[in-house]
Amino acid sequence: MPEDDEDQSPPSDLRSQPPCSPNKSRNCISSSSSQTFPDHVLENVLENVLQFLDSRCDRNAASLVCKLWWKVEGLTRSEVFIGNCYALSPARLTQRFKRVRSLLLKGKPRFADFNLMPPDWGANIAPWVSTMAKAYPWLEKVDLKRMFVTDDDLALLAESFPGFKELILVCCEGFGTSGIAVVANKCRKLKVLDLIESEVTDDEVDWVSCFPEDVTCLESLAFDCVEAPINFKALEGLVGRSPSLRKLRLNRFVSLEELRRLLLLGAPQLTSLGTGSFSRGDQSDEQGPPDYAAAFRACKSVVCLSGFRELMPEYLPAILPVCANLTSLNFSYANISPDMFKPIIHSCHKLQIFWALDSICDEGLQAVAATCKELRELRIFPFDPREDSEGPVSELGLQAISEGCRKLESLLYFCQRMTNAALIAMSHNCPELTVFRLCIMGRHRPDHVTGKAMDEGFGAIVKNCKKLTRLAVSGLLTDQAFRYMGEYGKLIRTLSVAFAGDSDMALRHVLEGCPRLQKLEIRDSPFGDVALRSGMHRYYNMRFVWMSACSLSMGCCKDVARAMPNLVVEVIGSDDDDENREFVETLYMYRSLDGPRKDAPQFVTIL
Amino acid sequence: MAYEKVNELNLKDTELRLGLPGTEQAKEEQEVSCVRSSKRQLQSDNEEESTPPTKTQIVGWPPVRSYRKNNNSVSYVKVSMDGAPYLRKIDLKTYKNYPELLKALENMFKFTIGEYSEREGYKGSGVLPTYEDKDGDWMLVGDVPWDMFSSSCKRLRIMKGSDALVLDSAL
Repeated sequence: MPEDDEDQSPPSDLRSQPPCSPNKSRNCISSSSSQTFPDHVLENVLENVLQFLDSRCDRNAASLVCKLWWKVEGLTRSEVFIGNCYALSPARLTQRFKRVRSLLLKGKPRFADFNLMPPDWGANIAPWVSTMAKAYPWLEKVDLKRMFVTDDDLALLAESFPGFKELILVCCEGFGTSGIAVVANKCRKLKVLDLIESEVTDDEVDWVSCFPEDVTCLESLAFDCVEAPINFKALEGLVGRSPSLRKLRLNRFVSLEELRRLLLLGAPQLTSLGTGSFSRGDQSDEQGPPDYAAAFRACKSVVCLSGFRELMPEYLPAILPVCANLTSLNFSYANISPDMFKPIIHSCHKLQIFWALDSICDEGLQAVAATCKELRELRIFPFDPREDSEGPVSELGLQAISEGCRKLESLLYFCQRMTNAALIAMSHNCPELTVFRLCIMGRHRPDHVTGKAMDEGFGAIVKNCKKLTRLAVSGLLTDQAFRYMGEYGKLIRTLSVAFAGDSDMALRHVLEGCPRLQKLEIRDSPFGDVALRSGMHRYYNMRFVWMSACSLSMGCCKDVARAMPNLVVEVIGSDDDDENREFVETLYMYRSLDGPRKDAPQFVTIL
Repeated sequence: MAYEKVNELNLKDTELRLGLPGTEQAKEEQEVSCVRSSKRQLQSDNEEESTPPTKTQIVGWPPVRSYRKNNNSVSYVKVSMDGAPYLRKIDLKTYKNYPELLKALENMFKFTIGEYSEREGYKGSGVLPTYEDKDGDWMLVGDVPWDMFSSSCKRLRIMKGSDALVLDSAL
């Protein structure tokens, strides 16, 4: 309760001491004389009440009540989420919210991950860091996704925020190990350093040695995506002096032997472990193979296991001691055959999240279905991600999962063959589905048993899975599938379409239906100007629309831009500046409060 | 680089156009635009192993992020050393250049290799690293750019002793 914290300095004086909470205003403000007594009291009361609001939806609603609530909510919001970094300027952020401790920021659209956009498109963190450095000296957490972050940005961040605690970089790029080193060295209160699926250049800097030499506050250290060797001795030392460390995700340059040593050092506290390469270096066995299972027996608290970047399958059974406790298992970097897989999964009764390669085959998925009754999230990635690859998983695996894992909420499934029947079965068996992403890798593939389009299958999913918020479709799809989506996809917020549909009507169904649609990404589908125009009534209520390799004309895009001044309409060209191009290569449009961005590169035309 | 490759393949026969067969509409433009679009596609797939020439790769499809593709492709090649009782296997993808590879081989087989020069091969140590390429020819390691080597190398043979000496002096 705020009244108890008497030793907190007033939040208005940010330069003297860091306030632990922004709401300790009662004592100080009421002591200064004030004519507008009722307002101050009301503000104080409001502050003390609003501090309990965590959910940003609730906060957004509260801020709309009246000006006073808007102001006070702006003073008390400590965590800000910005889904599109170009939707507003950093200045607007700092004007609206005065006491931000935590920022979550997203940059590039997801299709940029698949080389559909030239590099250097933007999403630079620099202006945000420099603006926040002045406005939020007590910033504690920065969580970025698909942003461009340089070593200089990281250095500025490390210097500007003395209380900085958490840095999370997901799918980011532009920095290297030298930037990491600065953060490790300067952020003395660092609790979380999570580098996830980011591209980190190897500057040949020993960043692990850069952590301060005394006891650290580290709770989570994830560097599995860092493609650079590390100083193992320094890492051992770091783990040894990090008593709060709960999550450790190693990169592939940490061998099995080194992992074993780390586990014997700090395993009992770890709840989340990324195992690194899980293969042995070139060592001769002095007394026979080491007992890796013993190291895993020490991991009494591990519930989340990942890594296996260069798995030597003969050592996989070493993880058996932890299987019964696992709620999350990520095998998606390991080429594991069904025979090696089945004995392992057989023990994983508590598993809720499971990621793997399709090398486990339908047989492996059947084993998952038989054992993992608590499964909530399943992701199956292709070992051989090409259109014409073999495809060891199919509708059989999916059917088995739908029958065995009734609590399934989220699915990502890459395959080469699928049937409508399996999707229909899943739609009935798994009513909790909120995320359904199916990628049939061969384009325009129909149901491989009936030869029909996949319309009925996806139709059943949108119709029966009433909680569905995210959908990605594939295979042969006619306009009918989109009719179903528009009509039944009442809660869909994110929709991904590729190589699907017959005509503008398909997109029209979606834009005229799907009342909650926020994010729409479409590629290589025959949707044109008529379809684009049909959505103009709703683009302001969406986060973004992406359409590449469709049939949109420049003229229509210009019309939309003209009609909707608060919409930033970007046309992204390809390498060739072909003026005679009939259709726009890529359209990326999003609402913005502060107009078009000033940092657009040459290949982007803002209409 | 990819540009030249495409030209050699006479894509015109396989290209998709809107004209009736037999019509030859602005031939020059067609070739260029087809090649350009292919260029973009092929350039984006620079992590992939060489694909069969008649298929055009679609950019970003299937939608798997590139770091996942990289990690899965492993290229183990057998390494034999003259006089050693058994062969070894190494994953070429773990090395970025020749010095790294040669150092690893030196460690693995406990020998030292001489210095490489384009003109004279490996001088002085009586040890020659050779490899079998895709065409089945035995080549000297180090002559071609690393990327070309790592994608065409099928197996390695470290020649030692009299064979190596003969070749050494012949170079």
